[in-house]
Order: sequence, then C-alpha cells, then structure tokens
Amino acid sequence: MAQVKLRDIRKSYGKVEVIKGVDIDVDDGEFVVFVGPSGCGKSTLLRMIAGLEDITAGTLEIDGIRMNDLEPSKRGIAMVFQSYAIFPHMTVRENVAFGLTINKAGKAEKAEKVAEAARILQMEHLLDRRPSELSGGQRQRVAIGRAIVRDPKVFLFDEPLSNLDAALRMDMRMEIGKLHQDLGASMIYVTHDQVEAMTLADKIVVLKDGMVMQAGAPMELYHEPDNLFVAGFLGSPSMNFLEVTVDAVNADNVTVHNTALDPIDVPHKGRSFTVGQTATLGIRPQYLHPSDQASGKLHGKVILTERLGSETVIDVSLAEGAKLIAALAEDTILAPGTAAHFEFDPNQAHIFPETR
Amino acid sequence: MAAISSDNRGLRLVMRYTVLTLIAIIFVFPLVFMVMSSFKPDLQLLRDTSSIRAFLPVGDISLNNYFDAFDRAPVGLFVFNSVLVTGLTVLFSLFLCSMAAFSFAFLEWKGRNILLSIVIATLIVPFETIAIPLLLMVSKLPWIGFEGFSVGWLNTYRVQIIPWIADGLTIFLFVQYFKDLPRDLIEASRVEGASWWQIYTKVVMPLSGPVLATAAILKFLVMYNQYLWPLIVVQEETYRPVMVGLGYFFQLNTAWGEIMAYLTIITVPVLAFYLVLQRAFIASIASTGVKG
Ligand SMILES: Nc1ncnc2c1ncn2[C@@H]1O[C@H](COP(=O)(O)OP(=O)(O)O)[C@@H](O)[C@H]1O
Ligand SMILES: [Mg+2]
Repeated sequence: MAQVKLRDIRKSYGKVEVIKGVDIDVDDGEFVVFVGPSGCGKSTLLRMIAGLEDITAGTLEIDGIRMNDLEPSKRGIAMVFQSYAIFPHMTVRENVAFGLTINKAGKAEKAEKVAEAARILQMEHLLDRRPSELSGGQRQRVAIGRAIVRDPKVFLFDEPLSNLDAALRMDMRMEIGKLHQDLGASMIYVTHDQVEAMTLADKIVVLKDGMVMQAGAPMELYHEPDNLFVAGFLGSPSMNFLEVTVDAVNADNVTVHNTALDPIDVPHKGRSFTVGQTATLGIRPQYLHPSDQASGKLHGKVILTERLGSETVIDVSLAEGAKLIAALAEDTILAPGTAAHFEFDPNQAHIFPETR
Repeated sequence: MAAISSDNRGLRLVMRYTVLTLIAIIFVFPLVFMVMSSFKPDLQLLRDTSSIRAFLPVGDISLNNYFDAFDRAPVGLFVFNSVLVTGLTVLFSLFLCSMAAFSFAFLEWKGRNILLSIVIATLIVPFETIAIPLLLMVSKLPWIGFEGFSVGWLNTYRVQIIPWIADGLTIFLFVQYFKDLPRDLIEASRVEGASWWQIYTKVVMPLSGPVLATAAILKFLVMYNQYLWPLIVVQEETYRPVMVGLGYFFQLNTAWGEIMAYLTIITVPVLAFYLVLQRAFIASIASTGVKG
C-alpha cells in the first residue's frame, strides 16, 4: 500500500510535449482511473510511473520517496499490459513466478506465492498449461497473477480489458474490482471507457491532450463537472449541450435562453459570464421530463423513439437544427413527428462559458 | 456440390504434388549423379553421362574411388578442419551477432541508428574488395596462446574463424526479428526486475528459435564453402578446409571418380546439419507460438 504523488509531470518526445504538467495524488489503497480519449497521454503517464518512460520534468514520489530515476523494478510497482505480455515459452506457473525466479527466491516461497495467486484468481487448474492453450480471459488472469506475486505497493493497469469481448470484459471488470477489495493495494487503471472508469474508480482523473481536466470521485465528476469536456465525457447517453445567450448575471445565477429554450435561471457556480455572450447549457438526458406546452421550458419535435426496456430514449430536433436526447421512464411513449415539451430542474443543469 | 468441390480439391492436390515432385527431382538429380558416379571408374563415368545410366548404379560398381581419394589427400583432416571452423564460427556468430542486435533493437544509446545503417551498408561490400587489406591486417595481428606470444595469424584456425564471426547480414536478421517481438514482453520483464542479460537469456533467446536456425544455416553455408580466404591465408595442409582440398584432385589428370567420391563425403555434414536444424526450426515455431 502506498501513496503516489505526481507534481508538474511533463513528457516531451523531441519538441512535442505530450504530457503538459500533471498533478495527481493517489492515496493509500485508492483505486484511481485515468480516463480520456485515445491519444490523450494516459499510457504515457502510466508508463512514466512504471519507469518505462523517462520523466522529462516534474517529480514522481511513491511513499514520499522520489522515483524519477529509479529502475522500474525498484519502484514497488507491478504492471498489467493491454496485450497481457505473458511469456509464450513458459508455462503459466513459470510466468507467474517469473519475477521470483529472476530475484532468486527460494523454492518454497515461490510455490507458496504462486499457489496463493492462483487461489485468488481461481486458476489452479491452469498452472501447467502454456499461454497458447489459454483463452483471452485466462491470459489476462495470468498477467494479473504475475503482478500479485510481486506483492507491489501499486498496481498499474493499462487498458487491461480492451482485448476481451464484451461479456468477458464485464466479468473481468468485476473481478478486478473484487481484487482491489481483497488486496487493498493502491491501483492505477488506464482506460478510454468511461463505464469502466465510473464502475471501478474511487477517484477518476479525466485527461485531455496531456492535461488533467478534472479529478475526483466518480459521482462528483458526474454531477459537478468543471468543464464542458468532463461534462460531455462521462455519462451515457452523454449530456445534451445547447448554445444559449446570457441575458442577465447575478450573485448565484445566470439567466439564459435560446430559440427553443424559454428564459431560465441556472446556478453559475462561480464561473464568470458577461451579459450578451454565448454560453453552453448542459443537461443530462435523464433529467429531462416530458410536460405540456405551458410548463415546458424546452420545445422541439420528436424524431425517433427507441425503447430499451429500462428506459426510452427520445431523439428530439430543436429549432435551428440543434438536437437533444431525452431518456425517459420506460412507459413514456412519444410518437415521431409530434411536438415535444420538456421541463427540468435548473439545479441539475450546468452552464459553461465556453462553447463547443 | 460437395462431391464436385472435393473432387476439385483432390485434383488440385494431385497437381500440386506433381509440380513439387518435379521440382524436387530437378534439385535432387545432380546429387544422384554425384553419388552414382562416385562408384564408377572414370571411363565408364564419362561414357554414362550421355544417357540415363548416369543416374543409375550400373556397370562396374565399387568403392575404389573412395579408397583412392583417401590415398591422394587427407580427406578426414579436411572434413575435420571444415567442421571445426564452421561449427565454431556459427556458434560465436549466433552469440555475438544476436547480442549486437539485441542492443540495436532494445537499448537506447547515442548513434545507434547511424551505426546500424553502417552495419547494414556492409552487406553490399563484396568480400573480394576487402580480402587483401584483411590479409595484410591478419598477417600482423598479435596473439597470445598456449605457445606464448606470437605475431601473425596466417596458417591457423583462428584466421579462418574470427574475421567471419560478425557480419551485417546476421546482425540484420536478428535485429529484424527482435523488432517484431512484442515490446511489452521486454517491458514486462523489466518491471519484473530482469536485467538486460536476463532478458536476453531468459526471454529473447528462447523466443528466437526460428531466426537462430535461419542465421545458423546461412552462416554454415558461407563457412563450409569457404575457398578464397583459406586459399590465401592457409598454406599448411594441417589447417586446410574441404573446398581448398578439392584442388588435390585437379592435378595433371583430373580424377573424376575420385572427385565425385570426395564431394559425396563432404556433402554428408551439410545434409546432417540441415536436417538437425530443420527439425529444431519447426519444433521451436510449434512450441513458442510466437508467430500466429
Ligand atoms: N514513443 C513516442 N514517440 C513519439 N510520440 C509518442 C510516443 N509514444 C506516444 N506518443 C504520443 O503521445 C501521445 C499520447 O500517447 P498515449 O499515452 O499512448 O495515449 P493514450 O494511451 O491516452 O491513448 C500520442 O499523441 C502519441 O502519438
Ligand atoms: Mg494507451
């Protein structure tokens, strides 16, 4: 168990800076997920923590000790790769025990640790097989087993599930969550999948273009996104964004409207606006409720209704070609082509000064 | 439908095997001619070349050519010399070239890419152009051996071995193969605490069966067929290899039968080596499963 501390971490390849000053804290036993679109620098960041990439600038500390220039094996970390990276010429047992063999551990210790890891991952029956005789999920288990026997302070996962099919991915996701509970170790997990991030994380770090957009508990990010990017990245279906005009600004609220939206007061949460500027209003599909013309605040026309069983997703077209998605309780049916009116709680809406 | 398509497949199979058999025969016939001729006296051998009899063990068949060949030249010594020189060169070459390639493929150091380009560029330099400078060099090189200090490498085994250990082609083969190995395997080993030497011995080499076999075969062929170099650096019979030894049979009267016997003898190590490596090659692909 350990704390990991990143301070103003930077990484350049030649002249191109891909990590642009990142501060992150991982607490003892915390499960932290780095999430962001492909190419935003998640893997680079993780590999810098692992010691597989040099740190161009900044400080990396694990348990208060500067790690920048230490070999990967001296950092007390274990890493699980997207490709599993298990050795094809060794049996599962040899794979899991690789680090112990390298470090000349005794026979008894080796057997004991391998047995323990195999028990945790329920793969005792696989120990004498070769990787070519294993399924994708089983290979992933071997890779995790190899990490467990190292008894690391910090586990690092780089998109460990993205080579698995959908059903297996869900199983393994739960198993990794359970593993975290059982071992209580600090874990850093990289993914581009916001569902994995939401379900697994104690803390999510949203990255974009080598910068931290926001870090915090999943529900905190979900309900209180700091910016347009985080608001649009987390949640499914993703948040609706409307371009609106600011009519008035006061201590707590801004009043905004557009052609489809009646004037409404939305809490600005300290963000600064000027009257007359264009801003973006965000509202999650789940928080839109159908209503009549009089009490509705948003007005449009139904394009498509998709019944998913647990909810019904309605595509709505607003004036000026804007689009909106509403996720309604299961029994709500709106016929395509008819007018649709929605109301919502302004406290569940978000207003951002930037536009997309 | 099924019947037709399986007929088609059968036909295709027959055709494929016919073609393959034909090709095999074309390649094998010179060998058959060599072996058959080695049992015949010169007169009959030359007469038979105009007919199919050249490939058949007919007429005056005996082992006389073999006895005569051993009388004329120290055949056993030549074969021993060639096998020794070839074997040692192949071993050293596999070891050192793979280590050089490991460094080119996995380690980061200044000038790596430039040096690799230079190494690859040596592929286009023909040996003939460096033979004389190399000769001048080895003739002045010092050596410390069991007999103490000496200068000049001429008339030794080492002069036939050491200049041939490192070569651009072998290094290039290894570099290409190493670059295709999954990088994650190397990085996982580093995270697990393996030193570069351990990564080389425990991870990379066990996965390199196919390229080891390929490099070994290529090197073997080059070394076993050495002619020009030993011709100029080895004057003493003691260190003479097989190809230079062939000259013993081209004196006043060319002894064709004995030549065929000699060639048959010196072909045996080649076939043995090839068969062993071919099996190792297939076994290593099957067990490591690196490809596919
Ligand atoms: N070895 C490298 N050399 C140059 N650029 C690189 C290298 N590795 C990664 N990058 C660049 O750094 C950025 C971040 O990459 P990466 O961390 O792999 O993203 P992610 O894992 O979030 O998809 C990308 O733009 C990528 O092109
Ligand atoms: Mg990545």
